[in-house]
Amino acid sequence: MGTLDDARGRFAERAVASGMVDVRYTTTDSPLGTLLLAATDAGLVRVGFEAQGEDAVVEELASRISPRVMRAPRPLDAVRRELDEYFAGTRRTFTLPLDWQLSHGYRLEVLRELAKVPFGTTESYASLAAATSSPRAVRAVGSACSTNPIPIVVPCHRIVRADGQIGNYLGGRDAKIALLALEGALGPDPAH
Amino acid sequence: MTMQKPFEFAVRDHGRTVLRVCLATLGPDEAEDAWSDTFLAALEAWPGLPADTNIEAWLVRVAHHKAVDAVRRGVRQRGVAERVSQVRPQESRWPGDEASTLVRAVHDLPERQRWCVAYHHLAGLPHAEVAALIGGTPDAARRACADGVKALRAQQAALGESEQDGWRNG
Repeated sequence: MGTLDDARGRFAERAVASGMVDVRYTTTDSPLGTLLLAATDAGLVRVGFEAQGEDAVVEELASRISPRVMRAPRPLDAVRRELDEYFAGTRRTFTLPLDWQLSHGYRLEVLRELAKVPFGTTESYASLAAATSSPRAVRAVGSACSTNPIPIVVPCHRIVRADGQIGNYLGGRDAKIALLALEGALGPDPAH
Repeated sequence: MTMQKPFEFAVRDHGRTVLRVCLATLGPDEAEDAWSDTFLAALEAWPGLPADTNIEAWLVRVAHHKAVDAVRRGVRQRGVAERVSQVRPQESRWPGDEASTLVRAVHDLPERQRWCVAYHHLAGLPHAEVAALIGGTPDAARRACADGVKALRAQQAALGESEQDGWRNG
């Protein structure tokens, strides 16, 4: 037989084929650092930034979705490919199926609404709120963005402050600036 | 409360110990299949497991049952193979890191000594738990373990080897 790592790799494939692995995840390199990608049968359920801690994100998946969580790169191949293309500048929209189960209520409504904001554009927290069932809930829109479980693909980085400042980002302000720069959506004075 | 930990952490944290146990009890040809069967059974049972389960001890118990299954299967297959062909099997290949000289020497012990030494010294199960797993009294498990260790020490001394490989006390 081969090494333990080989055995683990073969076991991950066998486990996924058994249909018992409820959440599959992998990590991938990106210009924003290592990203954690997790999917269920329904689709992409979580994108985690390095700063959030791999173990912490995996533990959160286990407690909120199912403890049958395994690292299995192959089921995430399509996700990784679309993200690679996005960061390379050759992809403007994602075609991945999404699993929204980590978001509920008004936050889910906000995230579904902001998923419609096109590549290369920005919108303010206030105007996003205006498009929802609670048009004055600007702060709730902010917290929906800051707890977005599927950042980058669900583009909360495109939501900025009404005064033109960048605003906060769960992946860090620098990551938000980098994403907006990649999309050519930075205003004339991005330093604010 | 049932298990909330990610199953991946069980593979990551206990995969090496379970593989060493499988290697010691079954040898290199059947160890990976038994290891993989062990973790697949563990994956199935995982969500219903009590949260305070000693995961490594539980995995070793599952591995023991898989090893017994594998031995039964092997006896049947060898029975057929020996009738079909008298050709000697190929030299088995032991993997690197997980198969220290110690693990290989444990595999060469008689069955009960092999189990007692593997489960107590490689996996850290108390003698009473080893006895519950393989049958017999805790004292018998302790004696079989001590006999096994004595045999290993004698063999080591005979070979003049200096390897001191992680013996646990007790």
